[in-house]
Amino acid sequence: MSRRYVLGNEAIAHACLEAGVDFVSGYPGTPSSEIIETLIRFKPSFHVEWSVNEKVALENALGASWTGVRTLVTMKHVGLNVAADPLMTSAYTGVKGGCVIVSADDPFAHSSQNEQDSRCYAKFAKLPCLDPCSVQDAHDMLRDAFSLSEELGLPVLFRPTTRICHQKSDVELGEVATEHRKGSFQKNPQQFVVIPAHTRVLHRRLNEKQPLVKETLARRGYFSTDLKGKDAVIASGIAAAYAREILPPGTSFIRIGAYPIDERWLRDVITAHERVLVMEELDPMVEEAVRQVAGSTIVHGKLDGMVPSEGELSLPLTYRALTAAGFINATDVPLAPVPAQGVPVRPPIMCAGCMHRATFFAMKKVFKDGIYPSDIGCYTLGLQLGAVDTCICMGASITIGSGIYHAGETHPIVCTIGDSTFLHTGIPGLMNAVYNGASMVVVILDNRTTAMTGHQPHPATGSTALGGETPPVSLEAICRACGVQYVETVDPYDLPTLTAAFQRAAEYTGVRVVIARQPCVIIARRAGIQRQRYMVDPERCTACGLCVRFGCPAIETTDEITTITDLCSGCGVCAQICPQGAIMREART
Amino acid sequence: MSDVYNALIVGIGGQGVVLASNVLGEACLAEGRTVRCSETHGMAQRGGSVESHVRINGRYSPLIPPGQADLLISFELLEALRYRHYLKPEGTFVVNEYLVVPTSVYVQRLPVPQKDELLEQLRGDRFYLIDAQALAKEAGSPLTQNIVMVGAASTHLPLAITSLHEGIKRWVPAKTLEMNLKAFDLGRAATTR
Ligand code: SF4
Ligand code: SF4
Repeated sequence: MSRRYVLGNEAIAHACLEAGVDFVSGYPGTPSSEIIETLIRFKPSFHVEWSVNEKVALENALGASWTGVRTLVTMKHVGLNVAADPLMTSAYTGVKGGCVIVSADDPFAHSSQNEQDSRCYAKFAKLPCLDPCSVQDAHDMLRDAFSLSEELGLPVLFRPTTRICHQKSDVELGEVATEHRKGSFQKNPQQFVVIPAHTRVLHRRLNEKQPLVKETLARRGYFSTDLKGKDAVIASGIAAAYAREILPPGTSFIRIGAYPIDERWLRDVITAHERVLVMEELDPMVEEAVRQVAGSTIVHGKLDGMVPSEGELSLPLTYRALTAAGFINATDVPLAPVPAQGVPVRPPIMCAGCMHRATFFAMKKVFKDGIYPSDIGCYTLGLQLGAVDTCICMGASITIGSGIYHAGETHPIVCTIGDSTFLHTGIPGLMNAVYNGASMVVVILDNRTTAMTGHQPHPATGSTALGGETPPVSLEAICRACGVQYVETVDPYDLPTLTAAFQRAAEYTGVRVVIARQPCVIIARRAGIQRQRYMVDPERCTACGLCVRFGCPAIETTDEITTITDLCSGCGVCAQICPQGAIMREART
Repeated sequence: MSDVYNALIVGIGGQGVVLASNVLGEACLAEGRTVRCSETHGMAQRGGSVESHVRINGRYSPLIPPGQADLLISFELLEALRYRHYLKPEGTFVVNEYLVVPTSVYVQRLPVPQKDELLEQLRGDRFYLIDAQALAKEAGSPLTQNIVMVGAASTHLPLAITSLHEGIKRWVPAKTLEMNLKAFDLGRAATTR
C-alpha cells in the first residue's frame, strides 16, 4: 500500500494492475485516453493495444475474456456507440475472465460532440454499471470490478466522468499483481454462438440473473446511507462529492454507486423521508428509479426543473438545487462575483506549423464555393478558418458528403478526414461512395498520429501501443482497393504543389483522394526534427494582413507591424503566402 | 470545510499550468494533507485557456466555486482577468506580467488588448505582479516560468518550503532540478521583497 498523488485515470490504470488484468484494448478518446497510456508506462508483460476502433477493441476483449483472462476495454462515451453491437449481445453470452468496459462520460461536452449518458447503455444491455464519486472510489471500484464480473459472469460497465478522470487527489494504491492468467478457449456453442435457438435461452438466463445482479451490488456496498432527518439528498457520481461538501446538517445522505438499484432497498430509504432531492449528472436515471418507489415522499430533481438536465453540476448548482428544494435558505448561499466582461475568448487553436492549416488554406483557395464535410480530430478546429461545414461523429465526413452529393447538390464537395479517423470508421464510407457513384474530393489529413487525444499510434504509423514495430498500413493502397482511381499524395508544406494537386483533382469526377502528409508538429518535435524559424523583414512588409489571416498563432500584428514569435515551428507556409516575399528563414546563429 | 485552502492556477495550454499544480498537490501529500485537484486535459491544451483547481485539505469537490479562491495564480494577463471573479475579496492575486493576444483577435481584427489597461483593471489589494520571464531566464531557462510563479505564490500558501521542494523534485525532469529550485527561490524573493 502506498499513498500517492495521481490522476483519476492513473488510479484506474493502477487498480487494473492490482487486479491482475491480462489483456487491455481501447481506442483513444478524451477523457479516457490516459488509462491505457498509464498502463503502457508500466511496461506491461501482458497484451495492451490501441485498437482500430471501439467495436474492434471490445470484440478483442470479449474473445480474450472467453478464454478466462481478465480484460479491460477503454473508450469515451461516444465510442460506446461504435461498440454497441457487441456490447448488447455480450450480456447474453456473458464472460469467463472478468471483463470491465470503461466508458468515460463527458458532461458539459468539454471535448465531445454530445452529452450522452453511458449508464443508459448498461440499462439497455442489462449489464451492471459502476459510477464512482471520487478518485479513490474509482480506484477501489475498478480493482473489485473484475471479480464482480466473474462472480456474475457478465461484463461490467464502468462509467467515470471528466471530473473523475481528470481529477488528481491523494489516493491509497495497492500492490501490483505479479501473477497472470493464460487463456484457453473451451468450445461451448450454446454460449458463444448466438443463433436464434441459443440466444432465446441466453436472453431468459440474463433476465433471470437480474435479481442476483442487484443483490450482489448491494452486498458489495455500492449503496450507502447516512440517515439523519426528514429530508434526504440522494446522489451519484461526482454530484455526490458536491452534495457531501455542502450537505445541510440534519439532512440524510444516500449515495448510489451502481446500477441496477435494488427497488426494495430504495423504497425503504426513500419512504423514510418526507422530501428527497436527487443530484446526478446527465440523465435522470436515479431519479426515475426513485420516483417509481417514492409513494407520498416528495421528489425533487431534473424532472421538476430543480436540477439542470444538461451540462455538468458544481457546488453553485448544488446550492441552487438545495435552495429550490427548500433544504436551505437563499441567505445560506455564498455570493458569487460576476466575471469580467469583454475579455477576448481563447479557444484552442491548431498549433503553429500544423499541416491542417496549410491544407485548409489551399483547399479553400481551389474549391472556393465548395462544401466541406469534416470529421473528428484537431482539424475540426478548421471551423475557425471556415473550412469545416459538418461534423457529427467519427468517420462521418465522406458519408455525409455522399448524402449531400446524391441529394443533388451541385457545388464541389471536399471532405476532410484524419488518418486515424479514416482507419477508425472512414473506410466503409469511402468504399460506399465509390460503389454508389458519389463524386467528391476526399482529403486525408495524414499527420501520422492520433493527435487530438495525445498522439497515440495507429496501424499506418508502423508502431504499436507498446512501441513495437509493425508493417504500416498504406492509405494509398486502401483507397485504391476501395476502387478510387485518383489517389495523389502531397506535402502540405509545399503550397504550390498542394494547390496544383487540388486543381488537378478538381478536373476529374468520381471519388478523388488527395492525401496531405506531414507529421503533426508535436510528433515531429519529439522525433527531433528541427526547422529554422521564420521572420518578417519590416522593410518589405506592407502590412497587407494576408499572413495574419492565415491564422498561425506564431504570427502577431500590432500597429501595422507584423512579427513572428518563438512559437514558429518553421513550416514555411506563411512565407509562401506573403506576396511581397517579406517572410524568410531566420539566419542561423 | 473552513480549513480548505483554494488555489486556482490559470494560463494558456503549453505554459505548464498542470505541472505547477502538481507541485502543490505533491506538497500536500508530503504533509499528509488531503487534496482535490481538477485539471484541463485534451483539446483545450492546444493553446486554449486552461485552469487547474487545487483544493488543499479538500475532501470532496475538485472544483473551486467562483468567489472562493484564497489564491489565484495567473500565468498571463488576459487569463488573470478572465478568472478574477474566482478570487475571494481578501484573496491573494499573483500574476505574470505577460500578455498573449489570442490569434483570433488578430485574424478578426478585434481591438488588441493593451498591457497597461489590463494592469489597471487587475490591480488591487494583495496583488503581486511578477516578471516570470525575466526571472526564469535568470534561473537558466524560460521553461521554468511556471516554477517561478509557484515560488512567488509560496509565501501565501499554507505549505512548507521543504514540501514544495519535494513537489518540484517529484515533477520536474531530474536534470533541470537545480534550475527549477533556483527559479522557485527567485519567484519567492520577488514577493517577499
Ligand atoms: S497537435 Fe498536431 S495535429 Fe493537432 S493542432 Fe497541433 S500540429 Fe496540428
Ligand atoms: S513558418 Fe510561418 S506559418 Fe509556419 S509556423 Fe512559422 S510563422 Fe507559422
